[in-house]
Amino acid sequence: MLNRQGRPTQAGEAAHAEHATFTGNKALQQIEPLIFEIGHHEATGVDIDKPAPFKSRLGKHARQGEIGLPGLSEPEAMRHYVRLSQKNYGIDTGLFPLGSCTMKHNARLNEKMARLPGFSDVHPLQPLSTVPGALDLMLELARYLMTLTGMPAVALSPKAGAHGEACGMMAIKAAIEAKGEGATRNVVLVPESAHGTNPATAALIGFSVKAVPARPDGTVAVEDVKALLGPDIAAIMLTNPNTCGIFEPQIVEIAAAMHEAGAYFYCDGANFNAIVGKARPGDLGVDAMHINLHKTFSTPHGGGGPGAGPVVLSERLAPFAPVPFVHVENGKPHLIESRGEAPAGNQPFGRMTAFHGQMGMYVRALAYMLSHGADGMKQASEDAVLNANYIRAGLADLMSLPFPDHPSMHEVLFDDEWLKGSGVATLDFAKAMIDEGYHPMTVYFPLVVHGAMLIEPTESESKAALDLFIATLRDLAMAAKGNDKERFTSAPHHAPIRRLDETRAARQPVLKWEKPAPAKAAE
Amino acid sequence: MRYLPLTDTDREDMLARIGISDIDALFSDVPAGKLLKAPVELPRAKGELEVERILGKMAGKNTAASAVPFFVGAGAYKHHVPATVDHLIQRSEFLTSYTPYQPEIAQGTLQYLFEFQTQVAALTGMEVANASMYDGSTGTGEAVLMAHRVTKRRKAVLSGGLHPHYAEVIRTLSHMANDEVVSLKPDVAASEDILSQIDDSVSCVVVQSPDVFGNLRDLKPIAEKAHAHGALLIAVFTEVVSLGAVVPPGAQDADIVVGEGQSIGNALNFGGPYVGLFAAKSKYIRQMPGRLCGETIDSTGQRGFVLTLSTREQHIRRDKATSNICTNSGLCVLAFTIHMTLLGQTGFARLAEVNHANAVKLADLLAGVEGVKVLNDSFFNEFTVKLKKPAAEVVEVLAAKGILAGVPVSRLLPGAGLDDLLIIASTEVNTDEDRAALVAALVEVL
Repeated sequence: MLNRQGRPTQAGEAAHAEHATFTGNKALQQIEPLIFEIGHHEATGVDIDKPAPFKSRLGKHARQGEIGLPGLSEPEAMRHYVRLSQKNYGIDTGLFPLGSCTMKHNARLNEKMARLPGFSDVHPLQPLSTVPGALDLMLELARYLMTLTGMPAVALSPKAGAHGEACGMMAIKAAIEAKGEGATRNVVLVPESAHGTNPATAALIGFSVKAVPARPDGTVAVEDVKALLGPDIAAIMLTNPNTCGIFEPQIVEIAAAMHEAGAYFYCDGANFNAIVGKARPGDLGVDAMHINLHKTFSTPHGGGGPGAGPVVLSERLAPFAPVPFVHVENGKPHLIESRGEAPAGNQPFGRMTAFHGQMGMYVRALAYMLSHGADGMKQASEDAVLNANYIRAGLADLMSLPFPDHPSMHEVLFDDEWLKGSGVATLDFAKAMIDEGYHPMTVYFPLVVHGAMLIEPTESESKAALDLFIATLRDLAMAAKGNDKERFTSAPHHAPIRRLDETRAARQPVLKWEKPAPAKAAE
Repeated sequence: MRYLPLTDTDREDMLARIGISDIDALFSDVPAGKLLKAPVELPRAKGELEVERILGKMAGKNTAASAVPFFVGAGAYKHHVPATVDHLIQRSEFLTSYTPYQPEIAQGTLQYLFEFQTQVAALTGMEVANASMYDGSTGTGEAVLMAHRVTKRRKAVLSGGLHPHYAEVIRTLSHMANDEVVSLKPDVAASEDILSQIDDSVSCVVVQSPDVFGNLRDLKPIAEKAHAHGALLIAVFTEVVSLGAVVPPGAQDADIVVGEGQSIGNALNFGGPYVGLFAAKSKYIRQMPGRLCGETIDSTGQRGFVLTLSTREQHIRRDKATSNICTNSGLCVLAFTIHMTLLGQTGFARLAEVNHANAVKLADLLAGVEGVKVLNDSFFNEFTVKLKKPAAEVVEVLAAKGILAGVPVSRLLPGAGLDDLLIIASTEVNTDEDRAALVAALVEVL
């Protein structure tokens, strides 16, 4: 059909035929070269006037020659990064059920607050008399974190979860040294189901690691812990709720056993989102626990950071908290920046980072907490747990649950038992989810089950979104169990790029762009 | 609650589908008596307007760097960031994405990481760079641990020009791991004899240039002596803009280069988040900490990028990993790389030139003030002055006059007997009026 100007008003007969494009682009999905291929050494997107002639004070240190960096004008740069962004999947794109990572909604109010000049444009070393509001903010964040965890102290400065783990374990080591047991208590218990950061952290701090076996029901049993206890045991690092998505039923007994043996209980707080406002780690016997502000309190994951990992500490560990920290005396906050300034009774173990921690993340997390309030945070935990169990109920008949005897908390774990004989691996299933418009769940973690699929929907999903997700996973599961293996093993088909060769990347590492060798002249 | 999509009707329907009537049935593994019945004692939910009022009030009590003549540095620097940078990093697909574990839907992140690694390698003059550390200080701590792995020795020598907080981060880590650290005393005049500290027991020498007092250091002789004894040179910088004007550490044979990248693309943020830059010689790749992005191809032969060499990392190697780092500084990396792309080498070199010019102008002006002595022979955009009064007091008086004059050395090194020293930084943001205001105020106070 044509209109009066000869403009077609319907698709032609061949509308469904596939046509490779000349450019390789696919409409909104454009192939984007590297800045080194499109930029130029003379180009710049920033106008800066040349200074008037002056006498250099660089001495013999002045740089000679090219740096080797291309520039782009502002419009070119804008287009480059916008095109790159279109190759990424984010929470704002769709359901992002990455277990253990808590991909919840990132409110833009929090971004706006973090950009207030009074927070973003203040220097960590400007006179403290010019930043009273910054100290107020740190104190208020600390109050919220201590109240929610039921713990008496918090060290704010760690930069991410693993850094928080290091901080908590250093506090434990310092406490052990203060008791004169530094030479003998040097083993840390870590369950097999733990995040890889736990054993890596313990090793970083000079502890050796002993594994605690997982029970067939996915939990850690107090008898198994007790069997390993002795004068050499410094601490246990236990995630709760654990990485199988189960609240450790014997956590109180485990904590008591540790304390009785003169050891400490480090709780990995990566999964705190399930229990905020429902249970307090302080009531469970925890000595130290990091809180991933970028998980539980919704500071954006940003493609892999920045995070923030404040650590709450028990009465026994509080005196060893690192500098800097805010200390309130006579109702006035003071920032303690060196060990010498620490108030009596404190023996800070040292310093985790140059400055005061992730202020930008503190603001976002506090904005989240103020917005939700005590009631909203409790509701958010309940909704997160409800959503995970709703997915579980919707998929349990088709997929296999390794630990059916416990309710799931904020995430539900499946294994690959149900895929046996299908020729489809967990990874293939995950890649097929990409084609359906979803970010895959966490795969192959935790290590205690085969072909793990860990689904964490978070509280940010509506019932309608969950229903569609469940229906899609059911369709995929039926296809996997049917005779549709090819759909999975060659997936993704519709992503900006097909499945990538990770082995090649590791065998022949190419970690930066190199100028191509000039083509040989024709002979 | 505006962030929670479930309605009460949804919740009831979902509980019914699960086969329970009360949400607390799902919390049945929480030990008896430990499940909270009522909300904790914190305020109830608030609307946007109310949250803005509360936080706006706190923010309003602080003096923003842009609002005053501002000369504070010593590890973090006030620079102008183009508007494009903050716009782009807030795009949903960047802001709300995760570590790129599923590379087919994370090519945006992976490509900018690859570009960033290439930029950092070029800036530092090194062969490879990783995808970032938390900040310069934690990166320096990791560099020392890496040197210990490479050399199989456990003793680090720290220059007295190293930022005192960086040195403290290293000492904290080393104490915990039972490694040895030799810290040279604060070296204001860049005259320390670090060479005599290097012998066959030393794993690495850590030297900052420009150092914390602003002096430019000659790294080459230190690298030579270190290498003669099987030790590594770790070169540190806290002001990445300096690399636009000075000889890069790679050209002086440094083995590991680590520094703070905050100056490019990132705000002051009262200390974080920042972005740690980390580069090394390629023969040490497998001992590097942190994420690495590498090039590969997809099943049709098209170029793409993935995280690689992950057998170094905690999620694979657990207690044998090169570091426990997981989340790093993704979005700060993006801000850095966008700003650097906008600058290009032309803009970056110009930016460095203006920084140096402004610092020289200021140093020349201050040299004429009675009671102020500029101590540096060489410097980039930061230098140290000796005042005839305690620097902390002077800074406080000037702050009351609305001028943020710099960092008293006593704040970084309390009790070191250097109370009359002030570290002053000057970047492209400073105007002739700013400099005149500082000079006039100092004349009045001293």
